[in-house]
Amino acid sequence: MDAIILQIMNGLDKGSAYALIALGLTLIFGTLGVVNFAHGALFMIGAFCAVTLSRLLTLSHEVIDETRTDFLGNPLKVDVPYLYDFFGTDVGNVLIDWSVPLSIIFAFPIMIAFGVIMERGLIKHFYKRPHADQILVTFGLAIVLQEVIKYFFGANPIPTPAPAAFVGSFDFGALLGFNANQIIYPYWRLVYFLFAIIVIGVVFAFLHLTTFGMVVRAGMADRETVGLLGINIDRRFTIMFGLAAAVAGLAGVMYTPINSPNYHMGMDFLVLSFVVVVVGGMGSLSGAVLAGFLLGILQSFASMAIVIEMIPGINQVIIYLVAIIILLTRPRGLMGKKGVMEE
Amino acid sequence: MSMLDVRNVGKRFGGLQALSDVNLSIAENTVHAIIGPNGAGKSTLLNCFVGKLIPDTGSVMFDGQSVLGRSPHEINQLGISRVFQTPEIFGDLTIMENMMIPCFAKRDGSFELNALSAISRQKDIIEHAEVVLEDMNMADKRDLTAATMSRGDKRRLEIGMCLCQDPKLLLLDEPTAGMARADTNKTIDLLQEIRDKRKVTIAIIEHDMHVVFSLAERITVLAQGSPLVEDTPENIKGHPKVREAYLGESV
Amino acid sequence: MFGLTKTDFNLLLIIAILVLLAPFLLNPFPEGSKLAQFNGGYPDLMQRFVIFGIFAIGFNILFGLTGYLSFGHAAFLGVGSYSAVWMFKLLSMNIIPAILLAVIVAGIFALVIGYVSLRRSGIYFSILTLAFAQMSFALAYSVLTPITGGETGLQLALDDPRVLGIQVTEQGNIPVPSLFGLEMRSSAELALGPWLFTFNVGYYVCALIMMASFYLAIRIFRSPFGMMLRAIKSNQQRLNYTGLNSRPYTLAAFVISGMYAGLAGGLMASMDPLAGAERMFWTASGEVVLMTILGGAGTLIGPVLGAGMIKYMENIISKINSAILHEWFYWLPAGLEDFMVAVVYPFIGKGWHLTLGIIFMAVVIFLPGGLVEGGQRLLNLIRRRKSSSAEPAKDNLTPPA
Repeated sequence: MDAIILQIMNGLDKGSAYALIALGLTLIFGTLGVVNFAHGALFMIGAFCAVTLSRLLTLSHEVIDETRTDFLGNPLKVDVPYLYDFFGTDVGNVLIDWSVPLSIIFAFPIMIAFGVIMERGLIKHFYKRPHADQILVTFGLAIVLQEVIKYFFGANPIPTPAPAAFVGSFDFGALLGFNANQIIYPYWRLVYFLFAIIVIGVVFAFLHLTTFGMVVRAGMADRETVGLLGINIDRRFTIMFGLAAAVAGLAGVMYTPINSPNYHMGMDFLVLSFVVVVVGGMGSLSGAVLAGFLLGILQSFASMAIVIEMIPGINQVIIYLVAIIILLTRPRGLMGKKGVMEE
Repeated sequence: MSMLDVRNVGKRFGGLQALSDVNLSIAENTVHAIIGPNGAGKSTLLNCFVGKLIPDTGSVMFDGQSVLGRSPHEINQLGISRVFQTPEIFGDLTIMENMMIPCFAKRDGSFELNALSAISRQKDIIEHAEVVLEDMNMADKRDLTAATMSRGDKRRLEIGMCLCQDPKLLLLDEPTAGMARADTNKTIDLLQEIRDKRKVTIAIIEHDMHVVFSLAERITVLAQGSPLVEDTPENIKGHPKVREAYLGESV
Repeated sequence: MFGLTKTDFNLLLIIAILVLLAPFLLNPFPEGSKLAQFNGGYPDLMQRFVIFGIFAIGFNILFGLTGYLSFGHAAFLGVGSYSAVWMFKLLSMNIIPAILLAVIVAGIFALVIGYVSLRRSGIYFSILTLAFAQMSFALAYSVLTPITGGETGLQLALDDPRVLGIQVTEQGNIPVPSLFGLEMRSSAELALGPWLFTFNVGYYVCALIMMASFYLAIRIFRSPFGMMLRAIKSNQQRLNYTGLNSRPYTLAAFVISGMYAGLAGGLMASMDPLAGAERMFWTASGEVVLMTILGGAGTLIGPVLGAGMIKYMENIISKINSAILHEWFYWLPAGLEDFMVAVVYPFIGKGWHLTLGIIFMAVVIFLPGGLVEGGQRLLNLIRRRKSSSAEPAKDNLTPPA
């Protein structure tokens, strides 16, 4: 029992990332009808927004510390972040410590702007082209973005720690009445899961409770009719693209403490996220979220030693295997709507 | 003898009963028109004939064989060819190539791995396609890319492609939709010629009553998913129910 | 000739000449000169040109003709490589059985994957092939280690049986792949003045096989089968309603292109007898997509050009470093020199992928027909210039092509 709970919880953080990326992919596909292979790159750019902010916050200048001396007896030179000068040492330290959560504020406008520019500058010209062309051009864009990041940040993963308050693990089992240390779970992963739930909730609320969202959903269902009503659907779709980019970006920001960002993390996640979208049902938002969590948890179960012993290698292929089976038996995916990209 | 025999066909889409209890018999070597207001289920019925849809109930027999459960290419190989409402042709291929493909289908069946024989060596196919091109008055356009043609030409090409297969039954879905009067008359002439010279049974869905009455020998009126009347054109014209349901609105 | 029209025969002839004279054509710069680094005429790179050419020609039969975009074709290349290396381990170092097995195994593998994947089309087909390839990669990397060598890859060893060949050479080494005793790695060198040309056995074996593959591709393109494949891309529904079953056509195209990939993989192993799982990774599948699109999908010569261009960039541009850039721009004033170096630097060396990505995007956006379309447009432009200056009325008389 405890092992099962542990595996479910282990699957949640990866599942959250899948769900968030798949949600954005589906938003873009559902509204614009575009298959975006650069979506993983948006996730990665979000992660590097966090890296950038933490670097900005620790920008330092050299100060001579009179009270200490180096090994030659000269006064010691120390790097002092500008933040200390602005806000004092205590506040400065807190800011630096909390750089990852702070990056959300920093990354949100950047990602929206990035998404809007990408849609207006590139994707817009591909609405009428075949899906293969859309895949190809966004694939090219993904390569370019990835290489640009690699140029500026190098090829190695960059550790970006979570705030000190969230470092460490939390004894989840004790809470449920198990023995101590039976189910322990890193705090940050819990934060990530909650964060994902909130973002997903906000997106759904936005789509279901605002007029803007209602028009967008109507447009997803039947673009022509909405166009006939004299509503400028294109502009709303552009904003949705920005929103989808922001969702992917924020998912990336918060993922940095779990996995140190590197330039190819986007591609790694993209392939799986596409599988998630297809399993969930192309164009179905709730399907994407459901499939994201489901596959994340499934993957974590497949990684259990006992399962691997029974079926060697299953942890490597489980997601693909599920995708193949779903695609062949339920071409629409778990929750796909009739007529959306069938055959 | 009847070429196509439709018995008790019904089809439901969610809450909508698109077809219910359709009985229809198309006799050999006749032109049979199916008319009816929009949403009467004409195209749905046609889709049941060619394997695009499978009816929920009833049977569709063609030339003594059931077509239900067969895929579109199998039904075509039995001898049913279809012309679509919006011309379905191979837009990226030349007109000659468009014509040759059905000739291959006629000669080699639904699949043939002839990956190493040059097309230019297929003398019989080329000859066959050229004859039909000539019949369609398109011989001078043979090397044009099909997508560049006018809508009327595309339609003629599509009819020609169907003729390459010498079908027993030719299904036409509004073949003159969106055509100018002159083109419509040309199409009528063409279809009359096909009926008289090639002895092809034709089933036609049409809104244009001029076309219907110049071609059809039998007319079935479909309304709300089931046949209202079936009779000769003369009787249909005077039929009170038809006038009420259909002609009164559109003529 | 050979059952080809005159134009096609000329195309084959041009390819043959280019390929056979490649050791000269790719080494235009004298040894030791500053430009010698742009010479591509060394055996390893030339082999890559033609091997990836074969891979792209095969991929183009599927994607270029039917429009089915497979994102998992590298799996077949990887399977081909593994099969060939196993032949070297078990049978002999002769490359013929190795290549044959590579093609056959890849073909069977493609038949299985194609049979399943082709039940769907469009984006779903792409994802299915991607999923299968990633699965193969993951398995090759982990569970199948006894067959694939896992992370280290599959290599030859001194104690391999090689029942029909020799186990160990007289010098006590592992024997090298050969064609009836003709070693793949042996080369002849020709020095003409400051120029140095290398003629490598392995390269010419690959080149001959590539020409045969190209010839076969022309035959397929010009056959009724090829026409059906183009019809599938143009309007699959019409094809089905014309009495043709598109499934076996696409499956046949898939298997043929998988066999081409297996052939490329087998040749790769024949040139350098080892195989690793990274050959099956999805970026490797993406690479062949790039090659085909870059050159011109659906054209005969495009994929070969694309493969050549990408492999040249990978090997030559990636070698340029900032010292070389400084040499290039030395004639500029000092400040400007540094500026130019800084501007160009991100695009060379390790950044060649960036250049590739940008070129690729530009091609997809502006030149969907690839380099071949670019060439045609250029040719048309020149022709129009000529004809408009010389005899302006002629355009009206010539029938549209």
